[in-house]
Amino acid sequence: MATLATDRTSTQPASTFAFILKKAALSALVALGLFLLMIGIRTEAGPSGQLIYWTRFGELAAIVAAVFVGSIVVELLRQWSGRIGIAATPAPWVGSALAKIGKLLAPALLIFALLVPVIFYNQRYLLDLGILVLTYVMLGWGLNIVVGLAGLLDLGYVAFYAVGAYSYALLAQSGLPLPYLTGSYPFVAVDFLQLGPWAFWVLLPVSGLLAALWGVLLGFPVLRLRGDYLAIVTLAFGEIIRLVILNWQSLTGGPNGISGIPRPTVFGIPLTPGPDGLAAMLGVPFSPTHRLVFLFYLILALALLTNWVAIRLRRLPIGRAWEAMREDEVACRALGINITTTKLSAFALGAMFGGFAGAFFATRQGFISPESFTFQESALVLAIVVLGGMGSQLGVALAALTMIGGFELFRGLDQYRMLVFGAVMVLLMIWRPRGLVGHRAPSVFLHHRTTIAADMVKEGRG
Amino acid sequence: MSNDRDILQVEHLSMRFGGIVAVNDLSFSAQRRHITALIGPNGAGKTTVFNCITGFYRPSGGTMHLTHDDGTEYKLEKLHDFRISKTAKVARTFQNIRLFPGMTALENLMVAQHNPLMRASGFTFLGLLGAPSFRDAEARAIAHARDWLDRIGLVERADDAAGNLPYGDQRRLEIARAMCSEPALLCLDEPAAGLNANESAALSELLLSIRQDFGTSILLIEHDMSVVMEISDHIVVLDHGVKIADGAPRAVRDDPKVVAAYLGADEDAATAIMEGGS
Repeated sequence: MATLATDRTSTQPASTFAFILKKAALSALVALGLFLLMIGIRTEAGPSGQLIYWTRFGELAAIVAAVFVGSIVVELLRQWSGRIGIAATPAPWVGSALAKIGKLLAPALLIFALLVPVIFYNQRYLLDLGILVLTYVMLGWGLNIVVGLAGLLDLGYVAFYAVGAYSYALLAQSGLPLPYLTGSYPFVAVDFLQLGPWAFWVLLPVSGLLAALWGVLLGFPVLRLRGDYLAIVTLAFGEIIRLVILNWQSLTGGPNGISGIPRPTVFGIPLTPGPDGLAAMLGVPFSPTHRLVFLFYLILALALLTNWVAIRLRRLPIGRAWEAMREDEVACRALGINITTTKLSAFALGAMFGGFAGAFFATRQGFISPESFTFQESALVLAIVVLGGMGSQLGVALAALTMIGGFELFRGLDQYRMLVFGAVMVLLMIWRPRGLVGHRAPSVFLHHRTTIAADMVKEGRG
Repeated sequence: MSNDRDILQVEHLSMRFGGIVAVNDLSFSAQRRHITALIGPNGAGKTTVFNCITGFYRPSGGTMHLTHDDGTEYKLEKLHDFRISKTAKVARTFQNIRLFPGMTALENLMVAQHNPLMRASGFTFLGLLGAPSFRDAEARAIAHARDWLDRIGLVERADDAAGNLPYGDQRRLEIARAMCSEPALLCLDEPAAGLNANESAALSELLLSIRQDFGTSILLIEHDMSVVMEISDHIVVLDHGVKIADGAPRAVRDDPKVVAAYLGADEDAATAIMEGGS
């Protein structure tokens, strides 16, 4: 970095040119070393299992040349823009401008979301995508309580999503799973099948509460853990849940999953082509799109509920205690705040919304299997929260839209999709290291509403 | 054991960390509505005593009795960390300021009123529904916080991040935050550290006004002798975890043992320090 700085400030073009060439040559050398085996020699298993290999030095030369030229271009661009390395500080106007846009953006997004089924009524694909995005918005808002507000790094959020989904699926299909545990089948307190079309509305809160219970169960062992250690244990917890689901075949069906999960009803009226169906009752011809539209509004309502609760909680003593805990746990204890209950409530509430989303996922898909609850999902939701700006509701919504929507947008790029995606994320983190909406809005004010710059707000150490 | 005069009675307090004895058989008492100073050279064990009293350490031995005005007694050595503040009403500040830097000054004071507000919000359920009783309680809490901001001269900066305030303001805000939890005993760990002469004088005034207006008893660790001599009613001197003197400021200042402990053999320099600061 030091040599770079001196070279940039030097006025002699000759030495600058030499520096660029030297750097490019070095990059090319590294590329040669790296790609010699990765690209230069191609190995494959032959028809009878033996190793066959051939060389591809032409491609290797092309790659090394590309790195050499690319390095020169990048260095020239750098000199031209007058910036050294990567500037981690965004321009000050960005924050205030974004805050102004944010005020208009949130209602605009909401109105747009409400109109999506009207605008795109005939495009099933877009409706499906909208439902997917909203599911992640909801998951992001739920995890935001744990990570953004309470500052507890949770890498196993998918566990609660899975608990919600499986709770819903199992309860809706076979009543309470008590017979599996006791071995006597008729011993079932309430058969949820009897609830018939109401099953979804009864089971949704039950699934959420069960997920919250698991949130508390996870919370207890990790109460004393912080930062990296907390992240590792929560990560393990997510995997444990997935592996239990995968291996407890008698209960969960193992890798085969559970199919035939009851579909949601419009408060008891099924969305079927039959005479009891909603379409027949309203006197309109049946269309499978009706269900999609209903699912869309359902997840929108659930997501907005999550948002409303999260915003409300932030202004309540519990929310302030979460944020205070993120800022300084020791000071919280000195002020008489019970860290145990504060942490557990954050875990429980975050988990509960994950459970709601899981129940919704189960009823939307009609089929669930452990494959839907891998670590990748946890990472994706966490990425949404981090990218959005920890603690910011609007940021999380934007991030979910960008990540899930963007991911679909680049579908045409096939295997390079991940590459583009990774590059976009890196660039975004360079441009806004604290997420899209990095500043914090105080929960209460005396004179006027202000925002607190991101560099002042702590990220929490778990 | 207890009497009406003392709010805090520490008896035979010991704190060992492995083989190191940080506090050894320390006994002292702090009188109700008095400002008691705990002084001593660096490493004397003052902060350890504080950490024992405020529940951050569990003492190796000894008892700490706290008696409220109404006669309720608390055995501090038996109470768990946050309950010392919540039920026994002992508040503290820290040697290195521990505000919530990303929250506004007002929010810092609101967090300090967590427990009464939590009850008023029906443990979140009533608050979530926006019950009017909670709104009233919150309005009262904001008014209370505003009073304190007024007292420390920070009303104008109520909505600024605490971490953006100047150092002296942060010190005073931390004291105001501790006071917002309505403590019976306020423990201040070097409140004047890093303050200039003017700020120190303002701090002394603030502490005296706290005692006068709220009847709060104050326990103070301080190196700034001008502050200690000016405001404290009683001084306890520690050295190497052992009490070496205990009494009124004047008596302590003239105690040759204290002078010797404070600055080693250099009696002149020690006297200069004890004579009232810089």
